[in-house]
Amino acid sequence: MSQVRLLVGTRKGAFILTADGKRRNWKVEGPHFGGWEIYHLKGSPADPQRIFASQTSSWFGQIIQRSDDGGRTWSTPGGEKMPDPYDPPGGVSNRFVYDTSAESGAPLTTHQWYDGTQHPWEFKRVWHLEPSLTDPDTLYAGVEDAALFRSTDGGRSWHELAGLRGHGSGPRWQPGAGGMCLHTILLDPHNPRRMFTAISAAGAFRTDDGGKTWKPINRGLKSQYIPDPEAEVGHCVHRIAMHPSRPNVLFMQKHWDVMRSDDGGDTWREVSGNLPSDFGFPIEVHAHEPETVYVVPIKSDSEHYPPDGKLRVYRSRSGGNDWEPLTAGLPQRDCYVNVLRDAMCVDSLEPGGVYFGTTGGQVYASADGGDSWVAVARDLPAVLSVEAQTLP
Amino acid sequence: MIRVVLPSHLRVLASVAGEVTLEVPGCVTQKSVLDALEARFPMLRGTMRDHVTQRRRPMVRLFACGQDWSHAQPDEPLPAEVASGREPLLIVGAIAGG
Repeated sequence: MSQVRLLVGTRKGAFILTADGKRRNWKVEGPHFGGWEIYHLKGSPADPQRIFASQTSSWFGQIIQRSDDGGRTWSTPGGEKMPDPYDPPGGVSNRFVYDTSAESGAPLTTHQWYDGTQHPWEFKRVWHLEPSLTDPDTLYAGVEDAALFRSTDGGRSWHELAGLRGHGSGPRWQPGAGGMCLHTILLDPHNPRRMFTAISAAGAFRTDDGGKTWKPINRGLKSQYIPDPEAEVGHCVHRIAMHPSRPNVLFMQKHWDVMRSDDGGDTWREVSGNLPSDFGFPIEVHAHEPETVYVVPIKSDSEHYPPDGKLRVYRSRSGGNDWEPLTAGLPQRDCYVNVLRDAMCVDSLEPGGVYFGTTGGQVYASADGGDSWVAVARDLPAVLSVEAQTLP
Repeated sequence: MIRVVLPSHLRVLASVAGEVTLEVPGCVTQKSVLDALEARFPMLRGTMRDHVTQRRRPMVRLFACGQDWSHAQPDEPLPAEVASGREPLLIVGAIAGG
């Protein structure tokens, strides 16, 4: 029988939730890496037993963890303990060093700071890990300060795809309230050379040559909070989602506005429609219905909680504009949690499941496309990310 | 042998319990102890000092013989009691936050 495994990253550790295909009874395991911030975990589509985790701490920095047995045991790739007598170490799995070499064409070392001055790029943490669709040893990391790194040895070593920072607009990027992070990485399943990224607060970017060169794809975005609302970069994109069958159709939750592109990001149009607020963080697409999209409206940029204290997922079955509230099983009074950008996901069972986690430590699951919800965990630390694996 | 006490999160990361003992060749300094520690436990690289600059991470502190050595120069000799193994070097996660 099929199985769903949820990989939940929280402020104080990682949790793994599993259920069979009926998705009624859930087993919660964890915390793994107790006390550490786990920004993101994600399994390899090419080898679902291989899971990568971003483990971070303000004290001890960045760690990359890998499991090859579905999350039961973990290790730092390349960081194995040395036997006695030990040789010089090789563990560099947490070494994220910006490429400023002239050979890369990107000797870029500063970006715009809050006060408008230029500020050095400083690595802080990995926000998002995106394993290759086909190779279990290849994965991408989106980091703060914003840059994209790639590992081709299962996370043992990392190298920046410096063409993103170096394409020209980098000195005009600046941090959002949450830092200057690269948080979204989308791989085109039909074209391995095409990839999308999104950065707060710079915008969306696309490569068509496997990551060597990049261009901003923000035409149509309007952000009233920046000097030129239609600038080439400077937009606070919160997340982008795509359906694997239609990689040219992209859905975006921006700082304000829900947007859609039908041409691989070349142009965008607003599809916020009848949402009670078009501010929010996550956006997700149903596994079997490419025009079915989910968002969680949040009251405003300073009030990061649901309007009216009612936790409502909104679903559009028409690719945007017409949205319906999904409330069954969700608190409809006195609820003031947030749902962060990587904290929503879908499974690929039939009917399709939808999941999200909250800053209040709840993980909600729907086994019917959002029609009804159940809290499958209620009292975890603040949830930073939720990823679903659908297993045979 | 040099004795080192790691903070609990790094003990878990390195899969060790209690104190770590290390052979440190030459003069016993912050740098030589951390070099030996990272050679023995590669997964600790980058957790106590920056990969590139080798500067101590801001909220990692070093104590020995009742004194804060965090701001000493990396090549400054540590106390003889640490070099002889009578006293441990304590690596501590700063009390910070609220």
